[in-house]
Amino acid sequence: MNDQVLFWIFAILAGGGAIGVVILQDIVRMAFSLIISLGSTAGLFFLLDADFVAATQLLVYVGGTLVLLIFGVMLTASGPFRRIQMSSGETFVGAAVGLLFFSMIAFTVIDVEWETLKGSHSPVTAAATDETGSTSRAIGLRLVGIAADTEVGIHKDRGEKTGYLLPFEIVSVHLLVVLVGAAYLARAKRQETSEATGGDA
Amino acid sequence: MTPTLADTATTIQSILQGWSISESLAMFLAAVIHVALVAGFFGLPAGIFIWAERKISGRIQDRLGPTRVGGKFGWLQAIADGGKLIQKEDLVPEDADGPLFRVAPYVVVVSSLAALMFLPFSDGWIAISLDIGLYLMLAVMSLEVIGVILAGYASGSKWALFGGMREAAQMVSYEIPMSICVVIPIITAGSLNLNEIGGLQSGHLGNWIIFHDPFSFLAFFVYFVCATASCKRAPFDLAEAESELVAGFLTEYSGFRWSFFFLAEYASMFTVCGIAVLLFLGGWHTGIPGLDGILDGPRYGSDAYVWTWLTNALGFGVFFGKASVLVCVQIWVRWTLPRLRIDQVMMTCLKYLVPISCVLFLGAVIWPLALSFSGKTTIWGTPTGERAAPTMRLESISSPADQSPTASTSNGETGP
Repeated sequence: MNDQVLFWIFAILAGGGAIGVVILQDIVRMAFSLIISLGSTAGLFFLLDADFVAATQLLVYVGGTLVLLIFGVMLTASGPFRRIQMSSGETFVGAAVGLLFFSMIAFTVIDVEWETLKGSHSPVTAAATDETGSTSRAIGLRLVGIAADTEVGIHKDRGEKTGYLLPFEIVSVHLLVVLVGAAYLARAKRQETSEATGGDA
Repeated sequence: MTPTLADTATTIQSILQGWSISESLAMFLAAVIHVALVAGFFGLPAGIFIWAERKISGRIQDRLGPTRVGGKFGWLQAIADGGKLIQKEDLVPEDADGPLFRVAPYVVVVSSLAALMFLPFSDGWIAISLDIGLYLMLAVMSLEVIGVILAGYASGSKWALFGGMREAAQMVSYEIPMSICVVIPIITAGSLNLNEIGGLQSGHLGNWIIFHDPFSFLAFFVYFVCATASCKRAPFDLAEAESELVAGFLTEYSGFRWSFFFLAEYASMFTVCGIAVLLFLGGWHTGIPGLDGILDGPRYGSDAYVWTWLTNALGFGVFFGKASVLVCVQIWVRWTLPRLRIDQVMMTCLKYLVPISCVLFLGAVIWPLALSFSGKTTIWGTPTGERAAPTMRLESISSPADQSPTASTSNGETGP
């Protein structure tokens, strides 16, 4: 009952925020309604007891990406960039892409046989967390190859013992490469301008 | 472990249900009681520290500070300030982006208040005890900057925009060394649960994580610098900078909305200092050899709820005292050091604090390895009380025999 009420509050806020992003024209207001949308999605994750995913959603998307977004908008907030006005062609293409994506999600949701899923997958309830820890502990163990969830739920028969440490490290090295590349690009531009003003190479 | 406040919520709920109130209403009322408690912890430290700030700054500047409101020492100054601010007109400038301008203070207050939900004030005195408590707390606290940036942008004023931009640049950079420094005690304790990290530091002073190894000792000071910066406190108060930017992002605000920013600032000062106390300074433990062991007796051992409650109340006093000392250090620093320039602020962070914290992090990781060469596993004493080391619990999880029965029972409960 209470979960239902909270679910509807968060769901309406998430959906309303997403609609706001599309409808509003001022970039910063769009960013704020994106904050509402992503924050309520984090709330939905909390309702599903997926606390780690929810916290990451808050930290990465709301606290990180959107701060940078608003920061970028503030630096360029003048003249043509402040308001977004779309031509009717763009509106049509955007609406078509959105509709296609929505229908894909809708069909996927309809295709799932919820009745058969009901008993097979145990949610992370308070009773379960006393023994196995919350989701973060399972994720941490999974990272080093101890599968806390192969004994239960839909992965019962697979019994995979793969750790995710190596993929995780590869991804983080990739991110580091991207960071170094971005720093290099920003620096290269500055050197060019100093060359143009007569500095030696 | 002692029952957490979350368990008390279910107790309150069951008591209320006993009075023939419906389940959802009982849960709602229990939630309201808890929110009121947390909001009390939000308002009370803010009121105390606003008074302390005025008094300490007065003394540092060879003045008396508030002397009239509420007797000789001006105890009621914070309430008088609040009363004054409520009466002021709620202005919105013509150029401002109305809705965003109005909503910005609430974003700041809500994120600062929500962070208190994950802060244990004593063993088990925590609103929501999670395994990722610290992580979630940092995530929630990082939302505060959004309100400040929005306030700076939506004011429609150049001063405010500059303040907001400085705040964004400062916060985004200072979060990096702060997070790295926070990881060091986590490595030491082996847990992200703030309640556990606090509980592990019982025994004596040498068990505080700050004295665990040289790296965590230095990490405390780096963390404290970053925490000061993340609260926009001088010498890092570039977002306000009243000598250059009028009042920075606060320029166009007046009345109660203005005071919301300040309530949030003082509350988050208390929060970051509380994190510092829990991570480095022994949490709610006194640190006096012997005394912690005596207190842990009734805390964990006795069946009488009263003794547990009393020792926890004492622990709350210790925790609050330690955090208040750190807040007073922040106040002392603010009124002693001049403000840095924005480029100096960024240089301090990116050229000094980030490399220093990375080196400390590496050192903290290598420290157990270096110790193992010298034949010891740790120089840490065992904590008193009934706390097992986190590694013990890991073993119990990895054995599947313990696990499958609980999984099947939870399956049975949730099934149709």
